[in-house]
Amino acid sequence: METPLEAQPVKRPFLTPGVIVLLIIAANGLIWSFLRFYLGLGAVTNLDNQHPWGIWIGIDVASGVALAAGGFTTSALVHIFHREDFHHIVRPAIMTAMLGYTFVALGVMFDLGRYYNIWHVPIMGNSNSVLFEVGICVMTYVSTLYVEFFPVVTERFMGRVHMHGLLRKLNKITDLTLRWIDGFLQKTMFFFIILGVVLSCLHQSSLGTLMMIAGHKIHPLWQSPITPLLFLLSAISVGYPMVIIESLTASKSFGLKPEMDVLARLGRFVGPLLGVYLGFKLGDMVIRGTYVYLMDINLESIMWVIEVLFGVIIPMRMFFWDKVLHSRTLLLAASYLAAFGVLMFRINVFLIAYTPPYSFKSYFPSLGEISITLGLIAIEILLYRVLVLIFPVIAQPAKSIKPKTKFALRGVIK
Amino acid sequence: MGSQSRRDFLKTAGLLGGTMVGLDVKDARATPKNVLTDERKGVLVDTTVCIGCRRCEIACKEAHDLPVGPLEQYDDRSVLEVFRRPDTHALTVINQYEQDSLQQALDVKVQCMHCDHPACVSACIVGAFSKQENGAVIWDQSRCIGCRYCMVACPFQVPAFEYDKALQPRIMKCDFCYDRQMDGKLPACVEACPVEALTFGKRYDLLEEAHRRIDENKDRYVNHVYGEKEVGGTAWLYLSPVEFEKIDFPDVGTEPVPGATEPIQHALFKFFIPPVSLYALLGGIMWLGKNNKNEEEE
Ligand code: SF4
Ligand code: SF4
Ligand code: SF4
Repeated sequence: METPLEAQPVKRPFLTPGVIVLLIIAANGLIWSFLRFYLGLGAVTNLDNQHPWGIWIGIDVASGVALAAGGFTTSALVHIFHREDFHHIVRPAIMTAMLGYTFVALGVMFDLGRYYNIWHVPIMGNSNSVLFEVGICVMTYVSTLYVEFFPVVTERFMGRVHMHGLLRKLNKITDLTLRWIDGFLQKTMFFFIILGVVLSCLHQSSLGTLMMIAGHKIHPLWQSPITPLLFLLSAISVGYPMVIIESLTASKSFGLKPEMDVLARLGRFVGPLLGVYLGFKLGDMVIRGTYVYLMDINLESIMWVIEVLFGVIIPMRMFFWDKVLHSRTLLLAASYLAAFGVLMFRINVFLIAYTPPYSFKSYFPSLGEISITLGLIAIEILLYRVLVLIFPVIAQPAKSIKPKTKFALRGVIK
Repeated sequence: MGSQSRRDFLKTAGLLGGTMVGLDVKDARATPKNVLTDERKGVLVDTTVCIGCRRCEIACKEAHDLPVGPLEQYDDRSVLEVFRRPDTHALTVINQYEQDSLQQALDVKVQCMHCDHPACVSACIVGAFSKQENGAVIWDQSRCIGCRYCMVACPFQVPAFEYDKALQPRIMKCDFCYDRQMDGKLPACVEACPVEALTFGKRYDLLEEAHRRIDENKDRYVNHVYGEKEVGGTAWLYLSPVEFEKIDFPDVGTEPVPGATEPIQHALFKFFIPPVSLYALLGGIMWLGKNNKNEEEE
């Protein structure tokens, strides 16, 4: 048996050459953000009355939600199906999902023309609207994720609250509060875990219902009555590949040993999950007879083939292959392909499949839209780095037995 | 210990579960059935009568406080050669179509169709769009959050958004002169039309009138009243001498657009049964697994 692993703050410097590149991308995004809020949507986007939604919805929101599926899939695996052998990956997965959804919410704020009215959604909601359901589920789920992450915060600060100066008087009470919250969350965490999974299933599928109302404006290759199911299945199948990508990238960046055996076992789930998704996708195609649209060579048919061949079939085959599961590079490649497949699926449904009836010009994202999307992603990665440096998230070989064993077990997130 | 923790589990689950169900969805605001009265109004547009004078465009702008600009520019018929759509500066526009089969060009007025089962009403996240009893589909500025889902949903791509505004951008579209109608006045365009290309009245009377015109002038019109059945029926109805796809009317089918998504929504959220059962199922699995673990430990 190797040294037992334990979640600890990573001890590494914040600045690296990669981080500097990310900071530049983030700064560029911030400049464009300023323009967007100061001058309005028209000034920085290529959106028009024919193309009301662009990459901020297609990528930042729709793909962002799907690619944050690692959170609920992992917590379901470990806490609902009691596969404790995977518990090292829960914390990073929950934290990534928390960041992911936070940035989905931010992305929405960029896209909303009257973002300051966002509070109308819970109080004026129209229950016939798919978007309303997505909105409410995402809002509730973000809060659930914060709750699920909170034990990590209490673990970090319990018994270590040392504020200075006048605030010193508050040290004791803060510590007691933390302990009280920690105890409360330990008792109730299962509720939030199940809630998170239910909410995820709801909004992951509803995102697929979203474009169905556009009816004849959506290309038949993607206008299927089972789109909600396909969205859910594809989100479930991309959850573990995202956890793998994140874990391998983090271990590389922090110079840690990749947890190949855990990840390989995790990877074993992906092949069958992708298989189920592919089965429904092709079955739906056969039943609706939409394969005829693949006979013409056009943007839609090419994009469909890229999505399904490179994003589903090839990664599925790879995940069924032992050699892939045990090679860091190949496992990472397969996971990237699976993530690419889901990204393409969302881009195809929201952007490629959408043809407005009176198009004067086609839509291609502007420099501003791309800058803001990239900027948000860069900030998200930077925040990830900050958080794992501060909080005990990533499992590392335990150097010493922790001093406060009394508080070693925390909530259901261990 | 096993049964104690089990009881705790159930108690907390019940308590918190109750809060979740309590998070009920606000009342539906989309097309309640009773809005579609027999009295609801509509407009019959006879494209064979329209002369493309654009008086309706001017009247519309005046009625909606939009800049009209110099009046001479409306006599410049070259404007008609470029295909236009209603936007934030003009809620209705005239397009001209040269047809080989006709002696003269065809002029077609376009604006919101005021659907009987409007996609925009069903889609709007905060219920800013609503169908009124007089047939109008109107937008409520005080609710909108600017998500533009209404634009994604509208089968005729009508709602326009003020992309140039950083604050309070509006969704703009024809409102069937709702305020004027409430004052007992005609829609501005109908009142302005010098040749009676536009007929205002009860939708059912207009349908009768449309079919009468078709029956009496079989050579003049194609046998199709656009808007009678399209997307479940629209308040604005069109007569044309040529097939409608030749004058850029999309083939939208006869099924109401919300019919594709609302049943899914309602099935999911009817008394919250599916989410709650999923919750119960997952909770059950978790609980059983937890028992097994406890027993192993004991
Ligand atoms: S035409 Fe479009 S905007 Fe007008 S009522 Fe129908 S769906 Fe709404
Ligand atoms: S843009 Fe406004 S009116 Fe249109 S769907 Fe969104 S909230 Fe409703
Ligand atoms: S006012 Fe009447 S005739 Fe003139 S363009 Fe409008 S609909 Fe046609």
